[in-house]
Parts: sequence; structure tokens; C-alpha cells
Amino acid sequence: MSLKIVVLAKQVPDTRNVGKDAMKADGTVNRAALPAIYNPEDLNALEQALRLKDRFEGSTVTIVTMGPGRAAEIIRESLYRGADNGYLLTDRAFAGSDTLATSYALSCAIKNLPEVDVIVCGRQAIDGDTAQVGPQVAEKLGLPQITYAEEILDVKDGKITVKRRLERGVEVVEGKLPILITVNGSAPDCRPRHAKLVMKYHHAKTVTERQEQNDDYMFMFDKRPYLNITEWSVNDIQTDVNWLGLKGSPTKVKAIENVVFQAKESKRLAGKDSEIDELMKELIANHTIG
Amino acid sequence: MNNIIVYLEIEEGVVADVSLELLTKARSLASKLKCKLEALAIGSQLDGIGAQVFQYGVDKLYLADDARLYPYTSLPHTSVLVNLFKEEKPQIALMGATSIGRDLGPRVSSALFSGLTADCTALEIGDHEDKKEGKSYTDLLYQIRPAFGGNIVATIINPECRPQMATVREGVMKKEIFDANYKGEVVNLEVAKYVSDSDFVVSVIERHMEKSKSNLKSSPIIVAGGYGMGSKENFKLLEELASVLGGEVGASRAAVDAGFAEHDMQIGQTGVTVRPKLYIACGISGQIQHIAGMQESSIIIAINNDENAPINAISDYVITANVEDVVPKMIKYYKQNSK
Ligand SMILES: Cc1cc2nc3c(=O)[nH]c(=O)nc-3n(C[C@H](O)[C@H](O)[C@H](O)COP(=O)(O)OP(=O)(O)OC[C@H]3O[C@@H](n4cnc5c(N)ncnc54)[C@H](O)[C@@H]3O)c2cc1C
Repeated sequence: MSLKIVVLAKQVPDTRNVGKDAMKADGTVNRAALPAIYNPEDLNALEQALRLKDRFEGSTVTIVTMGPGRAAEIIRESLYRGADNGYLLTDRAFAGSDTLATSYALSCAIKNLPEVDVIVCGRQAIDGDTAQVGPQVAEKLGLPQITYAEEILDVKDGKITVKRRLERGVEVVEGKLPILITVNGSAPDCRPRHAKLVMKYHHAKTVTERQEQNDDYMFMFDKRPYLNITEWSVNDIQTDVNWLGLKGSPTKVKAIENVVFQAKESKRLAGKDSEIDELMKELIANHTIG
Repeated sequence: MNNIIVYLEIEEGVVADVSLELLTKARSLASKLKCKLEALAIGSQLDGIGAQVFQYGVDKLYLADDARLYPYTSLPHTSVLVNLFKEEKPQIALMGATSIGRDLGPRVSSALFSGLTADCTALEIGDHEDKKEGKSYTDLLYQIRPAFGGNIVATIINPECRPQMATVREGVMKKEIFDANYKGEVVNLEVAKYVSDSDFVVSVIERHMEKSKSNLKSSPIIVAGGYGMGSKENFKLLEELASVLGGEVGASRAAVDAGFAEHDMQIGQTGVTVRPKLYIACGISGQIQHIAGMQESSIIIAINNDENAPINAISDYVITANVEDVVPKMIKYYKQNSK
């Protein structure tokens, strides 16, 4: 049995290491000051997909990502680790999308692919932390979903068994294919790049990248079709523009503020015995403790 | 019609705290909007639910009672919400930002094309003017949440689509009984009208749920440790201090990530929110995401060897020293001087 697997992956600014220069004076985020990385849980998802591919001969792993042109890096990174091909959804029309409009665009892209058995994606992206896109894509495609997967245990007779990690427990569930699965950060890390694959896909590019960079290797793209990363604009997938971008986003940002905390007037102590004793005495006296 | 609906999360017949916290918040929103507060329970053997929730000011309780609806699976619960919302057209729908709420909410919002804001830290009612379109809106739900890793807070609105949906984490809102004698109406939903057999495509084969071991949320005294504790071993010092003071031990995410403390001890934006009488922050730098979960503590003591640690700014007492020196002194004094 072979499986057609799709991985939804996103390139995100690394919000885990937000330095002081990442915030502009007006309180907005200076995305340029943050390195762009592969969303961590999408890497966990990729690993689950690659394990299925290892197990079921003839399976393929296709990456779908939506973002600006540079998000093609995500696809190359996936190819280096064992994915077979990738699609970059990129268009101005997608700009300003909230999770629902994003899910709509991704679901249209998936419908544009030949049949799919399993869609895997990370539980959430670190730049939004909403965990909404997975379930919303599933709903738009009319597919069932299994969220918070820690391990895909088996696929047999058109059914997939998955171990889920919940806030307060674990579950093993079984669902019918085709299905969408979101993968938790507690799942195994993604395998590293494979040197051979890095060599093979080093020059993989989208059309736009090829046009932008005058590459000595231009001659290769016709001979080696696997080096072509497919780029899709709105016109390449069947969409209703009313559901895209700002228009297709029911949520609007009304205001953005910097987080400020009320500073308190504090008593400063150096930690001498007498000071600690005094502090404890005070806390006991005013019934904070005791 | 146009009321507020809260989805009740139920484990073994008990309504989750997060749902009761939401009912409390929703009660005050409903009073402000002069609409009714409704609650929806989906599961099996739901007879005891009314007694748990009416006192939070619930005017109407919908029950979808069917053996196949417990434990939770995504599609059948989604169908109940979607079909009920189509009939009742609530203006606001709230659920916990839990494993269940975060699985269910997006699915429902996608089916209804209604906006959903995850992990709100505050919910308010307010107006909005869209100058570009020349439209004005009254009594919208302001869904306030940290964004971009917690470095900013964003106010999100859904001007056009209903219901306005939001999820909120456990502990963020305060639960308070509204009226111990409050009585609402019970409406039993005919499950077959809401759920179809084809919704049961995912089944739970095995399930192990644990009750939360930590009592952080309700503890009046919290001793919290950060990465500056240096090791799991050193966390024992904090356990000792917490136990002599009658408090609980919490942790920063860096301490949890380093394996010094358990995940359910994490305090902050992506952990629990606490409001103790006394919060002792040991070796915690005080990044925004941590402070978001403990800033409402009445008294804050920071023990940190960096005199410029951000936590100091919001603390009542700043002890600039090593934790391993200070904490034993506190334990010693308290043991000797309390009755
Ligand atoms: C989206 C997002 C969500 C997050 N959610 C949370 C959350 O819910 N909760 C949370 O806590 N964090 C959260 N974080 C992480 C947060 O940004 C910080 O990284 C984290 O709080 C730092 O933990 P810390 O203060 O223990 O570690 P550090 O920042 O490394 O601080 C250690 C402190 O210990 C002090 N120290 C070192 N040695 C000693 C000693 N011997 N004695 C005394 N002091 C000492 C140091 O001076 C320093 O101030 C989140 C981050 C992101 C991006």
C-alpha cells in the first residue's frame, strides 16, 4: 500500500528569540529583524510524514506552503530531509488573510492536487499560536481530523491509528482515510538533512527565483524536472476571491498595543541575614504568611 | 436568539473549571448586552449538569445527551454546535482554550464562516467605526489576546460575522457564583436531528486522563522557580519553602523546558494564570510571557542575582542575591518564628 501524503508547512519569524530591536517604536513588529525559520511543529509533522513514507513503499510526501517568495526555502528544507516535491502558494491576493482565509486558500490548493490520503501539519505556528488552520482546512475539505498527534501508530485497511497527547492525558484514536492530522511538539524531532539530498536539491527553485537570479545552472531545469518548485498564484487554483485575503477574513485587528506592566515601587534588599529576617517578620506580621 | 452560548467541557460528569470561569465572564457580558446566557452540554448522562451551572447565572441549558457523544470526538460535537448555532444565531460563543476547545472551535468557525480568536486574555464589549467603509458597529465583542509571542496585545473584532467566537485558557477568568438559587430552563436536544451517523468516523480506542496534580491556581502562596535555579535538585529547596509556608511550587517555561519542573507547573501566557496573595519568583528573569500569568499577585518578591532583572520592576521586594543563599534563610527564619 502506498500513501499520498501532504504536509502543510509554514515559514515563520522566530518569535522565540525576540530581541529589543524586533519591536519598532510605534509598537509594531519589525519582521525583518527576526530570522525566518521552519515552524517547529511543522517539522514534527514532516517527520511523521517521512516515517509513513519509509514504512509504505511508493508513498510520496508533498509540501504545500503559503507565503512570500522566500518561503520556497521551506520546500527546499523539506526536500533535503526526504520530501518528494512542493508547492508554494504565493500571491498578493492572499495578503492580510486571517486563519480562516488562509485555510480556505490552502484547502483550494489541496483540492488542486491529485488525490490525497493523509494531510499532516503542525499543531500551531509560533507567530500566531492559534492552532486553527489544521482543523479549519479539514472542515473546508470535508475531512475528519485528529489533532495533537504524538505518533502515527499504524495505517491499515483504510484506517489510521494515532496516539494523541492532550493537556491532561493521552488517547489512541482510529480514523478513516482520507484524514487531516495535526502534530504536537512532543512528537519526535525531524530527521536532519541528508547530504545526498542536499546535493540533489540544492538548486531547486521556483520560477520567480529562477528569473531573479541569473544562475549558471539554468540549463539543468529542463533536464531535471525535480528541481522545479511549483509556484501557484490565485489563478492556478480554483478560488472565490471573496474568501481570500482581508475580504475573506471575518476577524479584524482593531488595535495593537505594546505590553506595558505597571511598575511598582519596590524595597531593595541585598540578601543579608538581618534583611531576610526583617522581611519574613513583616510578612508574618501582616498575615501574608503564617 | 442573539444570546451568548458557552460550550461546557465535561469530564466524567463534572463541568471543567474553565467552563465555569467562562460562564462567569459571559454572565457579565450578557448583563451588559441585555441578552440571555446559555450553556451547551454535549455528552452522555448529563442529568447532573444543571445543578452545577445554573448558579453561574445560566438562563438556558441545552443538553445533547447520547452515549456516542462521550468521550469527545471532533465531528459529532461540531455538528451539534453548527446546527444549533444556525437555529439560535447566538451573537457570542465561548469555549475553553483546551485540547477540546482548540479542536472544536476552529472547525465550527470554519463551517459557519465566523471569526474565532484563540487564547483571549480579556473580553470586553465596545463599539467600532470603520472609517473606510463608513460603517459603525455597536456592542461588539473585543477579543483581546497577546500576539507575536506575547510582545504585543491585539484587540480583535468580528464586525460582520456571527457568532463572535473566542477561546480562553483555564485560570485567565475568575469563576464566581452569580446566584446560588438561580434557575434556568433545560432544553433537551434531539441528538439525531443535529448529528449524522457519518460524523462518527473517528473513534477513541484508548484513553488515559489524569486529574491535574497541581493546585497552583487556587493556592494563596506560590514559590516559583526559573532557569536560574540551575537544576531539578535545587527545585527541592523551593518545595521545602512552599511546604513550610503552605504554598505550591510553580515554574517558568525555561525551567519546565530544562526539565527542572513538570509541565503543569508552568505559569504564564502559555501556562496557568495565578493571582496568589504572595508570589516568590526565584531565579526568574520576568519576561513578558511569564509576567502575563502572575502580575495580579498581591505581593511579589523577586530573588535574582541580577539587579536589572525585569521581574524587579513589578516586584514589591527585590532581593539581589543568589537563590540558594536566600531561600534557606527564609525557611530557617519561618521555622523558628512561626507558631
Ligand atoms: C509564545 C511564547 C509563550 C511563552 N509562554 C511562557 C509562559 O507561559 N511562561 C513562561 O514562564 N515563559 C513563557 N515564555 C518564555 C519566556 O519568554 C522566557 O523565555 C521565560 O519565561 C524565561 O524563563 P526564566 O526567567 O526562568 O529564564 P531566564 O530568562 O534564563 O532567567 C533566569 C534568571 O535567573 C537569574 N539567576 C541565574 N542564576 C541565579 C542564582 N543563582 N540566583 C538567583 N538568580 C539567578 C538570572 O539573573 C535570570 O534573571 C514564552 C515565550 C514565547 C515566545
